[in-house]
Amino acid sequence: MTLETEIEDGLASYNFAYLDEQTKRMIRRAILKGIAIPGYQVPFASREMPMPYGWGTGGVQVTASIIGPDDTLKVIDQGADDTTNAVSIRAFFAKVADVETTTRTGEATIIQTRHRIPEEKLTEGQILVYQVPIPEPLRFLEPRETETRKMHALAEYGLMHVKLYEDIARNGHIATTYAYPVKVEGRYVMDPSPTPKFDNPKMHMSDALQLFGAGREKRIYAVPPHTNVVSLDFEDYPFEIQTFEEPCALCGAHGVYLDEVILDDRGGRMFVCSDTDFCEERRAEGHRGHLSGEAMEAAE
Amino acid sequence: MSDEPLLRVSGVSKFYGSRIGCQDVSFELWPGEVLAIVGESGSGKTTLLNCISTRLMPTAGTVSYRMRDGQFRDLYRMGEAERRFLMRTDWGFVHQNPADGLRMSVSAGANVGERLMAVGERHYGNIRETAADWLGRVEITEDRIDDQPRSFSGGMRQRLQIARNLVTGPRLVFMDEPTGGLDVSVQARLLDLLRGLVNDLGLAVVVVTHDLAVARLLSHRMMVMKDGKVVETGLTDRVLDDPRAPYTQLLVSSILQV
Amino acid sequence: MPTPVVVSDVSKSFVMHLRGGIVIPVVEHVDFSLKAGACAVLGGPSGAGKSSILKMLYGNYGVERGQILIKHAGDYVDLASADPRTVLAVRRDTIGYVSQFLRVVPRVSALDVAAEPLVQRGADPQAARDRAAELFSRLNLPETLWDLPPATFSGGEQQRVNIARGFITDHPVLLLDEPTASLDAKNRQVVIDMISEKKAAHVALLGIFHDQDVRDEVADAVIDVTQFAAAKAA
Repeated sequence: MTLETEIEDGLASYNFAYLDEQTKRMIRRAILKGIAIPGYQVPFASREMPMPYGWGTGGVQVTASIIGPDDTLKVIDQGADDTTNAVSIRAFFAKVADVETTTRTGEATIIQTRHRIPEEKLTEGQILVYQVPIPEPLRFLEPRETETRKMHALAEYGLMHVKLYEDIARNGHIATTYAYPVKVEGRYVMDPSPTPKFDNPKMHMSDALQLFGAGREKRIYAVPPHTNVVSLDFEDYPFEIQTFEEPCALCGAHGVYLDEVILDDRGGRMFVCSDTDFCEERRAEGHRGHLSGEAMEAAE
Repeated sequence: MSDEPLLRVSGVSKFYGSRIGCQDVSFELWPGEVLAIVGESGSGKTTLLNCISTRLMPTAGTVSYRMRDGQFRDLYRMGEAERRFLMRTDWGFVHQNPADGLRMSVSAGANVGERLMAVGERHYGNIRETAADWLGRVEITEDRIDDQPRSFSGGMRQRLQIARNLVTGPRLVFMDEPTGGLDVSVQARLLDLLRGLVNDLGLAVVVVTHDLAVARLLSHRMMVMKDGKVVETGLTDRVLDDPRAPYTQLLVSSILQV
Repeated sequence: MPTPVVVSDVSKSFVMHLRGGIVIPVVEHVDFSLKAGACAVLGGPSGAGKSSILKMLYGNYGVERGQILIKHAGDYVDLASADPRTVLAVRRDTIGYVSQFLRVVPRVSALDVAAEPLVQRGADPQAARDRAAELFSRLNLPETLWDLPPATFSGGEQQRVNIARGFITDHPVLLLDEPTASLDAKNRQVVIDMISEKKAAHVALLGIFHDQDVRDEVADAVIDVTQFAAAKAA
């Protein structure tokens, strides 16, 4: 029996936004604590969700706890609105919370994301919910949870720079390009989830509230609006974001994060906006990249 | 030598239930002084070392340390943050097994540089230069700076561990069997290196060893332990050449002659 | 004449716990003093306790009873009851010692072994090595050996390193434990000359010399150790 028939038959019905009210209250308390201590990982009693770990169970629980009937939800996966993960989660909330969904960044009140921050500047009142696989930035350097918690408590973050040092020693530059560690409000070092470091500056002094949910690891953390978020670096190797030599092949945008798309098996490729909504809106406004015509034909 | 001790240990005892770890140990350690704690396995020397280095809470007694501002502070009344800061700046701890004191999957340079980064050094070039300098001082060639200690021999690992500890210019270093498990020739090199560093830097050292030759070579003063208690203490060559306690006599008479 | 060392009523015995706690008396009621600018020699047959007395004066053997007063940093210090730090300070600044055997430290060159007492007192390492080199050439130690660790040296070579190490400082008290035992006539004479120079520099010396010629040459006073013989334990 499918979910749909169950609800229609009235044999069983789901609470608004799938989670029961007590669970949502518990998660909201964790979120509030996270907001009160920016960057601090708050443990919470993560629930089993009707999707496997790694598909955004943490983000979905956060979204489920904050979403209301008047919200408009957008879900992106690597910047795209039309991938399986994004489509399923959007459909899930359309069903269990009966909310409006959208692909337009500007129209959304809640944006759940996997691994990107939209190119369009977020505004006051919007909430960005990140799906986080591994919330502990120190994990790969110090495997003991007891020890990493102590390190956070005592702000002992020398180890984080050891990782960056190793990067430079091996590659001549800081080679970490995603999940690039940041220090929040001068206190907690935080993993921004596997977003490209290109997006790190967008977290700094953002007008939107940023919430992070890690379902398997049972952690929630937050960056409130207008909070200092600084990417770690060395004086002589300052933090830099990725730059792209060419603009988006479809919409001609500069200064945005691009994905590489393979066009054929003879080495043909193009670079296009990873944020599909941003790209589409630009094209709707008449912007054109150098491959926009051919790409259309190739797709057909 | 300064007129005031650096470390004051008084009446330190550690009980594991009814079993004695160490009992009623008191001593003072002055800057530049090397104290050897000797005894066989189970004599309580490592328990004592852990108690005075804040790694193990004693059941009774106090351990106080003269901070850089000249004030004595009870180590077990300090906040944990302060104690840990002290441990990675003003103190060193050299483990018998280098793997316990090193990050085995991080390069030699980063192993040495970690303490610098922990106290806020944020210039890669400076960190690397200091690390290279310290590797040189412990006789590791600079071309190994980016290698992981996994690829090092036992002696090299131990020397790396020493460099990692000394890079912040500590005043007090604890050593737990620093030459244990090394070949004799490697031991000799390490001992000579340690001797030189201790002299040059004026370090105060508490070294735990069961090897009386190591104690003779490194230490000024010796404490002999048996069953958790100190049975004899004094100038190292006096204790070894004119041992008085029955157990010390047994220990000294058991040394193999070459 | 100043007396930098006064030994009074010193007794020493060994308790052998591994042999049922038997007591081996060594010496009793040892009384003597050393004068600056003179060399006293401990006399008596082997086993009489000469070496033990010398070692007690250096703090190497514990003292059971009595006092060993040493003039150190303007004050008299009782070495018999001093704590280890004081003994080390006395060794660093006041009492030098030429032992019979060299305790070799791995990998340390002969020059550094001999220069160490000066370096410990804060001398410039290079200046200390230069001074050690002077003493080595005076003692005819082949220059090819200077930069080698003395572990593999012959007995006579090691002894010369030891002598240089003991004579390099200007300690006001110098203890000599058979410094010429393994030396040939030529080098024995060098040591005799060096002892005379120490005397001229107002150093108080106390030595054990098996070699009759050397003893006659350097001794200003002979302390007969047999007078301190302990009553044998019943």
